[in-house]
Amino acid sequence: MSWLRFFRCKRSDAEFQDEIEVFLTEETADNEARGMSPGEARRQARLKFGNAQKVRESLWMQNSPLLLIHVGHDVKYAFRTLGRTPGFSIIAISVMALCIGAATSLFTIVRTVLLKPLPFRDPGRLVMVYEHHRGTEANTPNFSYIPVAPADFYDWRSKTNGFEDMAIMGYTGGNLTGERGELPEAVRAAAASWNFFRLLGVQPALGRAFTESEDRPGNTVVMLTWSVFQRRFAGDATIVGRQVHLNGRPFTVVGVLPSWFTYPDAGIQLWVPYQASATPEFLGHHDWHQSQVVARLRPDVTLVSALAQVSAVQYQLHLQYPHDPVNEDVAPRSLNEDLAGNVKKPLKLMLFAVGCMLLIGCLNVANLLVARGAARQKDVAIRSALGAQRATLIREQLTESVVICAAGGLGGILLSVLATKFLAHAWKDLPTAQSIHLDGAVIAFACLLMFAAELIAGLLPALSTTRKTMLKALQTSARTGASSVSRTALRQSLLTLEIGITVALLVAAGLLLKSFLRLRSADVGCVTENTLTLQYSLPEKKYDTPEKVNAFNEALLERVRTTPGVRSAALGNTLPGAGYSGDLVFTVKEHDPLKPGEDMPGAMVCWADPDYFSALGIPLVSGRFFTNDERVTRSYKVIVSRQLVRQYFHGDNPIGKHLHVPAHFHPGMPNDVDYEIVGVVSDTLYQVGKEPAAAMYFPILEGNTGGANFQMLALRTASEPLQFSVPVQKWIASLDPELPVSEVRTMNQVIGESLVNASLCATLVLAFAILSLLLASVGLYGVLSYLTAQRTTELGIRMALGAKRGQLLQLMLVDGLRPALFGLGLGLVVSVAATRVLQSLLFGTRPLDPVVLCGVIATLFAVAVLACLVPAWRASRIDPMWALRTE
Amino acid sequence: MVKNNQPDCEMLKGTLDMMILRSLVGGDAHGHTIAKVIERTSEDVLEVEQGSLYPALHRLEDRRWVSSYCGPSENNGKAKFYRLTAEGRKQLVRETSRWRQMTRAIGLVMGEEGGAQ
Repeated sequence: MSWLRFFRCKRSDAEFQDEIEVFLTEETADNEARGMSPGEARRQARLKFGNAQKVRESLWMQNSPLLLIHVGHDVKYAFRTLGRTPGFSIIAISVMALCIGAATSLFTIVRTVLLKPLPFRDPGRLVMVYEHHRGTEANTPNFSYIPVAPADFYDWRSKTNGFEDMAIMGYTGGNLTGERGELPEAVRAAAASWNFFRLLGVQPALGRAFTESEDRPGNTVVMLTWSVFQRRFAGDATIVGRQVHLNGRPFTVVGVLPSWFTYPDAGIQLWVPYQASATPEFLGHHDWHQSQVVARLRPDVTLVSALAQVSAVQYQLHLQYPHDPVNEDVAPRSLNEDLAGNVKKPLKLMLFAVGCMLLIGCLNVANLLVARGAARQKDVAIRSALGAQRATLIREQLTESVVICAAGGLGGILLSVLATKFLAHAWKDLPTAQSIHLDGAVIAFACLLMFAAELIAGLLPALSTTRKTMLKALQTSARTGASSVSRTALRQSLLTLEIGITVALLVAAGLLLKSFLRLRSADVGCVTENTLTLQYSLPEKKYDTPEKVNAFNEALLERVRTTPGVRSAALGNTLPGAGYSGDLVFTVKEHDPLKPGEDMPGAMVCWADPDYFSALGIPLVSGRFFTNDERVTRSYKVIVSRQLVRQYFHGDNPIGKHLHVPAHFHPGMPNDVDYEIVGVVSDTLYQVGKEPAAAMYFPILEGNTGGANFQMLALRTASEPLQFSVPVQKWIASLDPELPVSEVRTMNQVIGESLVNASLCATLVLAFAILSLLLASVGLYGVLSYLTAQRTTELGIRMALGAKRGQLLQLMLVDGLRPALFGLGLGLVVSVAATRVLQSLLFGTRPLDPVVLCGVIATLFAVAVLACLVPAWRASRIDPMWALRTE
Repeated sequence: MVKNNQPDCEMLKGTLDMMILRSLVGGDAHGHTIAKVIERTSEDVLEVEQGSLYPALHRLEDRRWVSSYCGPSENNGKAKFYRLTAEGRKQLVRETSRWRQMTRAIGLVMGEEGGAQ
């Protein structure tokens, strides 16, 4: 065939008509020359030519791409049949768009967060190495990746050779001020060893990375991330080589990181050399677990053997320091997993939920198509009687579902662009959120989904409609009382499956919702109403002695406490609900020494001023609070939480006992200082949703906060707390204009923000479940309406024979509810298995929570009855005479 | 293809294209002339069926073995004339030699000395 001829087929045909005419004229002339009469000559010419129409047709066939023409016909036919029932088409297309859109968005996020390697050089050979406490099995929820102590890292790096290189990084922070008194700003920063960027294969966009000689304590060089470079320094390239002030000290900018580099998260503004942020004593500690190690594997070494070397070194260290918390083993973790640790489970759950929804959507469209197929049964029967092949009929029906799925898929991709944007913004702590976007792979995934959906939604009904032999089809479509049993059975089993999946989804959503409500109403252990919190950090350079720190803190507290409207104020390094503030191991001096192999007790470290507990409403269990005397003069007193007493004192009275903590906790002091327990306070939650942790409170007014100079201030006010947010910042500015204040929020906001993810997860899964319920009920309604229509004649006969309306209603209801009940049973069985996976995502909710299960059963039953009632009611209202006349 | 007056001329199938090309060697012609030339030269043994002739002409044109143009017919009509292209000439040579080989081979099998010619 020729494309040219195909596109000019009209003209080609006209040309051919001319050719015929020429042939006939010539032949007639020849015949006349042979002596025939003009009429006879023309007749003979026509006879000789034969059927011109047939020649035209065969020419057309020869000149057309037949396959394309057929597909074109099928598509045209599909559009026509879909256009005839716009209601059905719109429902089917929007169902598919919704399902494919949701699935595509979730896949986009999962791909970026979990599957796509980080944009570093040869990411396959990069691995995080953590310390690990033996005794917990891998792949269990409580497997612990313990951050690395600096001294351990330096031993690993010097004593092993399985890795090409190893780099260490940690988090720090500080106050950024400019050279000329620009506005102060509290920034999050990271500290990395000099080889960190070289190891990852990151080239600075401007300037250079750190050098080995710069990675020394007290060094003052800094690298800017792209965001702070653009935001604060307006992208001025001359900043390289100039100075910025960090915590009051001048730091020289040596380089700017490229815009794509947002590792480990986009909140990091500055990078400093690892050792620059530390003291030499700190670097010598084997028990200061604060840093993360990233290593690049040598190409000729396996991960197992490289790790075995590190593990051996670590075990030696463990034996060397038996009384310190030095772990005996190491554990690897991929960079992706390291970043995505918190969101992996919820993401997988949502992907599963979306998958279920997609399946339900397909089943529903299949169900709708089966119903259409039934209505078209006669048409199909007649066509096959006229010689249509089964393949042609199947192809036609498939085309219809292809059109639905393609339109739905197109809508779905558009929808997923919006949905992905929304999710990437709404989901806090989603790593690499800025690199989430649709790309070729995602579109390919959407197309694959479409294809799968087409197969499910199209093939099933197409096969079922055309399965019957012609004779049978004609028989069934003739006037009979009975309905087609096999098709009904297919629809009912589809429906049962659909309802089963819906039940499982509903159970999951119900559990997550209940867990979220539990979280919302969880008691953090202190007053949360009318409480304003804020955070500031005193730079070491200006506040170099405990006296100076105290002077500031006390002046601020004095100022705040005398303000009308402020009932009380609490100063500490952390507040309940504000997150984990680090921990410390200790031994109890009065207890027997630890047996070999026994774990050292550990507890979260907090600092508090004397009024901290009363201001926050944390009740005293026994003993006393700090007094105003316990300040700069080191009195070595500590208050512990009830959880610590429960965990480590086993019924002993803790008051008057002494806690011995590692030397690095009180630098410059003799190692054998012990802290006397003066009081026990009740537990608070450091984070909603977590179990209360054992906690030690040290007096903040003693001026030692273990190097961490962050302070958190909480104000309890008589009225709306946010109205104090501006005055408080002004007071702080009047005390020290260079001091930035951050995180000014009410306590309820702090707690609310920590629940954002749980709330998002519960809301989304609930949305998927409700959509599925809606789809399933539409399916139920559709099946029953169809059954009613099919059985109109039968119902008419029943009525004529004396059946009561009530009996008919009952008959139809039972018919409709049967698949619902089967589905319910199936769904419950599935949920029992599925919810075990959910367990770790739940807070204060058991996987087989009776309230949730009953709620789901009741909801589904109610929806099913409602969906069945309308068609059943209609069936029982049929006029028997009309029913008997209907075919 | 080619409608044969004798009932057992099956092997003439597939030779229409070759015969059309051959008939165009004598000069450009329109469909009717081509059919007439084939019939005449075969001493009316072969009768060209129009249902095969025109599709065959289109096919040859698609393969660029013949080209077409409009010209006046004998009876002052406008007709589509076909012309043998250089490519078509080469094809004709190929087909002819293939045909000769074939008929010679068949002739040998049938016991005719020196082939069928």
